[in-house]
Amino acid sequence: MVVDPPSSGPAPPGRRAAPSAGVTGSATRVLGLLALVGLALLVLVVSIGIGSRDIGLAQSWSLLWGGDGGVADAGTEVAIVRELRVPRGLLALAVGAALGLSGAVMQGLSRNPLADPGLLGVNAGASAAVVVAIGAFGIGTVGGYVWFGLAGAAVAMVVVHVLGATGRSSGTPDRLVLAGAAVTAVLIALVNAALVLTPRVFDAFRSWNLGSLSGRRLDVLLAVGPFLAVGALAALAMARALDTLALGDRTGQALGLDVERTRVLAGAVVTVLAGAATAAVGPIAFLGLAVPHVVRGIVGPSHRWLLPYTAVVGATVLLAADVVGRVVAPPGEIQVAVTTAVLGAPVFVALCRRRRLVGV
Amino acid sequence: MTRLLAQGVTLGYEGRTVAHDLSVTVPDDSFTVIIGPNACGKSTLLAALARVLTPAAGSVLLDGREIAGYRSKEVARRLGLLPQTATAPGGITVGDLVARGRYPHQRLLRQWSDADEVAVAEAMALTGVADLAPRLVDELSGGQRQRVWIAMALAQETPILLLDEPTTYLDISTQVDVLELCARLHAEVGRTLVAVLHDLNQAARYATHLVALRRGGTVAATGTPEEVITEDLVGDVFGLACRVLPDPETGTPMVVPRRPLRPGPGAVAGRGVGDGVPAVGG
Amino acid sequence: MSAPPAPRVTGRLLRLAGGRVSLRVGPRSVAVGALAAAVVVLGALVSLTTGGFPLTLAEIGETLVGQGSRSTEFVVLTLRLPRLLLAVMVGGALAVSGAVLQSLSRNPLGSPDVIGFTTGASTGALVAIVLLGAGTLGTSVGALVGGVVTAAAVVALSAGRGTQGLRMVLIGIGIGAMLLSVNGWLVTTAVLQTAVEAQTWLLGDLGNRGWPQVVALAVALVVLLPVVFALARALALLELGDRPAGALGIDVGRTRTVLLIAAVGLAAAATAAAGPIPFLALAAPQIARAATRAATPVLLPSALVGAALLVAGDLAVTRLFAPVPLPVGVATGLIGGLYLVVLLVRTWRGSTT
Repeated sequence: MVVDPPSSGPAPPGRRAAPSAGVTGSATRVLGLLALVGLALLVLVVSIGIGSRDIGLAQSWSLLWGGDGGVADAGTEVAIVRELRVPRGLLALAVGAALGLSGAVMQGLSRNPLADPGLLGVNAGASAAVVVAIGAFGIGTVGGYVWFGLAGAAVAMVVVHVLGATGRSSGTPDRLVLAGAAVTAVLIALVNAALVLTPRVFDAFRSWNLGSLSGRRLDVLLAVGPFLAVGALAALAMARALDTLALGDRTGQALGLDVERTRVLAGAVVTVLAGAATAAVGPIAFLGLAVPHVVRGIVGPSHRWLLPYTAVVGATVLLAADVVGRVVAPPGEIQVAVTTAVLGAPVFVALCRRRRLVGV
Repeated sequence: MTRLLAQGVTLGYEGRTVAHDLSVTVPDDSFTVIIGPNACGKSTLLAALARVLTPAAGSVLLDGREIAGYRSKEVARRLGLLPQTATAPGGITVGDLVARGRYPHQRLLRQWSDADEVAVAEAMALTGVADLAPRLVDELSGGQRQRVWIAMALAQETPILLLDEPTTYLDISTQVDVLELCARLHAEVGRTLVAVLHDLNQAARYATHLVALRRGGTVAATGTPEEVITEDLVGDVFGLACRVLPDPETGTPMVVPRRPLRPGPGAVAGRGVGDGVPAVGG
Repeated sequence: MSAPPAPRVTGRLLRLAGGRVSLRVGPRSVAVGALAAAVVVLGALVSLTTGGFPLTLAEIGETLVGQGSRSTEFVVLTLRLPRLLLAVMVGGALAVSGAVLQSLSRNPLGSPDVIGFTTGASTGALVAIVLLGAGTLGTSVGALVGGVVTAAAVVALSAGRGTQGLRMVLIGIGIGAMLLSVNGWLVTTAVLQTAVEAQTWLLGDLGNRGWPQVVALAVALVVLLPVVFALARALALLELGDRPAGALGIDVGRTRTVLLIAAVGLAAAATAAAGPIPFLALAAPQIARAATRAATPVLLPSALVGAALLVAGDLAVTRLFAPVPLPVGVATGLIGGLYLVVLLVRTWRGSTT
């Protein structure tokens, strides 16, 4: 779906040179990517050293690798580091990368720089399933929600795709977005009805509904890990196809691309990544839209670079936001959905004001 | 008095200047055609003349006054514009779209008068789309759609009509139809026309006054087609080596590109020089 | 050449005052509008007479002229009538706002939240409920303040260098996302009782509102609706594109700005009065457009359809689920969503695009 800007000016004859003048060379880009990966790992290390228990960075490090960190009877500390902090950090990286990637693929699939993975009904499906889990099955742990969330996202994806494919063999991006909006509206209405009618369910749901990494342990990571990994690999493998798709359906077909199959695959990748991520940590808006948008302004629209950069940047941003959330309001923490949006939005707005916006 | 002219205008988009200190006069009752290479500012100039683009400097005068000083509807009663690209909302019929052209003459409480009816009927008859009236615009061919848009501009009943590349995407017989229609509007109905055309030969055939712009937005020449279209000018403005012959039908200048296409050393690979024309220069 | 055939323009011509006044009306638009109005009237009658305290039409009539008993006066004048009037006005205002914004942005999913307004209003209201413990009036004020401040911030941040439409939408999304997370955070930190109250407001609530809200909204409508309706034809012409519209004599920049402010204003007033009722601004204009098969934004039918939807929806949630007060937003979301699904299936089944 193309969102026409309200004041469409005339197309300027001739174009200026591409804005990404500084990052054109392949070598520069590889180096940049490696630097970002290094940054991500650095943040990961820092995050292991932060938490409500007073276990400093050096201590955590030695505890992680089997030492005793100079603490007598280090049993709980080891457990904290190994079972809470490390999985949390890894999950943050994985989910951040997944959300970024799904946003980039979604924007490429719909040829719309405003697209967000949530447009396909993923969040609504996961939310509905979690409500069912809480209300009908009395599940109260995050580990339990995960499987329901995954199932809900999958069902929503199928419904949206079937709806969008009415009268054809598969849905066009415009149709998928409309179908997603309709399905989301119905699901959200039902979810809200259930919430208002049963305050008990609402109480449990409202904390899940604000994306957070707290309480996510190894079991959550292991549950969604495979989905995220498969989704990420599939996304990266689609880079070439997405570039061709960006040229338009006709041109893409003329270049030998199976347009319909690519679209279905891309839609599946978006749902798997975003669905698994949401199932694991709850809905986090904005990351899937903002990160690819910003990265595209720096490395250009070619998916060969856009996808890996988006994944790494998304991972780093989410983990950093989580760290900030844990540091800012001790002894409690602020959910990562809040820190991401509150810190990310001003940066995003500032960038929007300065740069020439690069379309898909 | 010339009704429409641009005085020392500087035109551009978002920091990019397309034309600087450009002055162009549209003679009254003429069929003026603006020609020039891509990105020389033809469409931009037309947009400025039509008041849809504000010049960064200089002024456009309509009937002796600054065009920016008029109220929008006032301008719309004197100037009509056929833009290059226009989208018809889905599901609109031909009759309705042409009727939209009457907006400058209508008021909130006077939404459809006899004058409107007559103007729309005449416009549709002139463009030959009268029997397409109940059809949906989406269903028409490119040529038919273009004629409908022209009908809408005609329904506006303005003494001056501006047309931005009215023949693009049309097949040759439809192109000729459109241009013949323009010629009739100029000669029989007495309108002043200003058109941007790509095809030099069409411009030479139909224009009574030509304005040739160079890349960079400066005027290379103005005058009658015979005065403007010369081998030197075409070579200078378009970088094309050509011969200019009189059109066998109308006697107006006809541009025939030379082979090879550019003056320069050696022939272009694959193109023979067998017709005896020397490979270098003219 | 013989006289040209009369051009077939859609709609019937309505001539008054000896030809000096002429209006074009589409017969389908009139039919749809009339049907929607009938639904509104029917819904009004049902909502006024039924409920926990059934009344007859006669009793209602008496009460309206000041002849009723104390209890009927309470039921009608304090409970039911304000609620009904709010439903009609909020539904109409949101529908018109949505119709204008969808047309301006040439996007069927365009909504008044394009500049983050609704989220800002929610933030303001939630701050009032959760942090300040305010009542309904305070919440309305909070919503209005929050919404206006947010909209102003978005417009201010996207100004300069020519307000690129895309830039404004992006900034609106960014600020909206930030406020959305804040809203979520406020809901999680509140005590359960307060959180439920907040959540209910977020879903749109026509209950517990009094005459102050009704009057305030009425004033807003009286000011803004005429502006929008006067520019209705210009709005239709803008859909042709900025250049053709400009050529036809429309001051594109100014008309766009005025329409945008009016549309946001309508949404602001409606949200302040009843909370962000989801989906109404999106669905009602679409339903009206599909039913009238019009090629232009049909503002009056949209308003009537919106009013009908909200009146019917409110009736459904209050009567069908009594005594549990289900927020009306649930009904509009469900009805709107399902209708959109049906509409999409029907449209797509026939085409291949």
